[in-house]
Amino acid sequence: MDTDMLDRPNRLSTAKVGLWQRIGDIWRARELLVAFTRTELKVKYKNSVLGFMWSMLNPALYLVVFYVVFQLILGSGIPNFPIFLLSGLLVWNLFSVGLAGATGSVVANAGLVRKVSFAREILPLASVGGALVHFFLQSVVLVGALLVFRWDVAVAYLPLLPVALVALLMFTAALGTLTAAMNVRLRDVAHFVELALLAWFWMTPIVYPYDLVAEKAGKWLFLYQLNPVTWVVITFQRAIYGKVRAVKVTDGVAQVTKILPKGADQWWYLWHLGIVIAASFALFVIALSFFGRVEGDFAEEL
Amino acid sequence: MTSAISVRGVSKRFKLAHERYPSLKERMIHFGNTPHEDFWALRGIDLEIPEGATTGLLGHNGSGKSTLLKCIAGILRPTAGEIETRGRVAALLELGAGFQSELTGRENVFLNGAILGMSKRDLAQRFDDIVAFAELEQFIDTQVRFYSSGMYVRLGFAIAVSVEPDILLVDEVLAVGDESFQRKCLERVEQFQREGRTIVVVSHAPDLVSRICQSAAVLDHGQLVSSGDPKEAVQVFREHLRKTPPRPRPGEPPVTDDRVRVTGVRFEHPGSPERAFLEPGEPLSVHVAFEVDAPVDDPVFTLMIYDAEGQMRHGSGTATEHIDTGHLEGPGEVVFAFDEIPLLDGEYAITLCVTSSDGAYIYDWQEQRYHFEVRDPSRTFGPDDFAVQISIQPAAIVDRLTS
Repeated sequence: MDTDMLDRPNRLSTAKVGLWQRIGDIWRARELLVAFTRTELKVKYKNSVLGFMWSMLNPALYLVVFYVVFQLILGSGIPNFPIFLLSGLLVWNLFSVGLAGATGSVVANAGLVRKVSFAREILPLASVGGALVHFFLQSVVLVGALLVFRWDVAVAYLPLLPVALVALLMFTAALGTLTAAMNVRLRDVAHFVELALLAWFWMTPIVYPYDLVAEKAGKWLFLYQLNPVTWVVITFQRAIYGKVRAVKVTDGVAQVTKILPKGADQWWYLWHLGIVIAASFALFVIALSFFGRVEGDFAEEL
Repeated sequence: MTSAISVRGVSKRFKLAHERYPSLKERMIHFGNTPHEDFWALRGIDLEIPEGATTGLLGHNGSGKSTLLKCIAGILRPTAGEIETRGRVAALLELGAGFQSELTGRENVFLNGAILGMSKRDLAQRFDDIVAFAELEQFIDTQVRFYSSGMYVRLGFAIAVSVEPDILLVDEVLAVGDESFQRKCLERVEQFQREGRTIVVVSHAPDLVSRICQSAAVLDHGQLVSSGDPKEAVQVFREHLRKTPPRPRPGEPPVTDDRVRVTGVRFEHPGSPERAFLEPGEPLSVHVAFEVDAPVDDPVFTLMIYDAEGQMRHGSGTATEHIDTGHLEGPGEVVFAFDEIPLLDGEYAITLCVTSSDGAYIYDWQEQRYHFEVRDPSRTFGPDDFAVQISIQPAAIVDRLTS
């Protein structure tokens, strides 16, 4: 790394920077990415007694609220609702915190962007990195819940989790890089993203099961399936929650709740995650090109 | 001589937004297509900056010199053309830019160093030097939000120079911090000069450029008008470039044009040189040193004295005294000599201004920046020191008054 820095002193600054050079610049700045991510986490919990505990309290509170509302009051047919909810909620938190943070990241670091030269793509990426750390912290709550309920996860589907995580990170980073660049000129973007995330949450099968929608949406299901977060969420639900159907017997009558697609094996999930990864990659290329096109003027526009 | 920086046909365009759409609907309609005016901050600049020398970029405000520096630093990218830099570049545009106020000095050293392109290992090696240079050993584990502005700037400078750049870009930031640290900064820059590193200084002070630079370039309205010998560049800057800005139409406020600058003010009170204050009726002379960057004809120097309540107590100048100042160039001094200051107890402030004879241009205006004090040992009261002789008839009452 050191020698790499010193051997690379010549730099050519032109109007257009090729995509590969941009990616190379980001790669060379990976140490900076780690530094920014660490800073983001440090700053967030500086001067707070509970510190990182706050990260875990967020899903814990959600868990209590949604359990009370959906399980006790509305009476959803999903058994062990907390496990079902947490499997999807952690994924959602990673996405929403990462995207919202990335969108505002360039504007939030205006002082730096105006006065220092560095690969600015690092800023949205570091926000996603920070969200990833929170994700792992929040996973502790999930693991705790699994132990409390003595839950058996679907071991055969566990290898899919890293793939799903990669897909989600790529999608979040791609979209966040795009919105971060757009937000510099038009600050409405950050507000729009905030609002969109609110709607997006309910368009993702987190508090209700995917298969219920699949059944009711009919030929419009493909619209619902366009949401990349859905594929990541149901993969997590399949691997951790594991139940495809829930049967509840009341007075001798069996009531079946459809939760996850029946007959879908690992390959089915892998195939769809692959599509998400490919689409995210395409979006990432678009985002980097757009970011690169407008980045040269950031210092003036902030 | 090889070039450390090659600027080839560089232009930079900014889009100045014309109007803001107030409603969301209008914004949606015009999304990404807001009407704007193109502003070319740089136009077709070709410039070779020699290696191992100090080069000054001269220009008045808005000439594009800072934009060019930012393009060289890689903070902005040119709209057209290309800039090639050979060696590690460090830009001192703002010291401590990117400090996180919640983090400690130590954490900020590592963060800022990483931003400037240093690896963690490099930083760990240089950490002690950085802290020692910034003189912050005691406070390095304190959050920087508790730092004074001087401490902030010291740490920023210490990190920036520890990058050991081959090319150092400076934007007049060295005029910060306390005097001893300023000297330290200048020494470090001079050390860089001796070590044969390339330095580019952006400035609008020709004196500085002719003093420290071996080469210079002059920018005006985004165009390069001179480059090469600093003496020549300063000449161009002073004479050719600093054309009079457009004259305001009658009824319009005067235009600011900083071609004449007041550079220093010295008080002399010949009656009592050892005291820091005056007594009423003592003489006072105000020596105003000035510097003329571009020749002017018949500027007007005016001095006004204000009391602590902000009331003007006196105003006079070359115009009121019918003095023709003539054609001025380079440094000079105006002396306002008062035979006596007929003021009583109080703090008084002096406003100095230099304007054109027709009042269309303000060259310099220093509002109540200089102060002097009058202390009255007698028991006279009121604001002014009238010369008074009191006599009375019959004489007996005088005896009682003086007893």
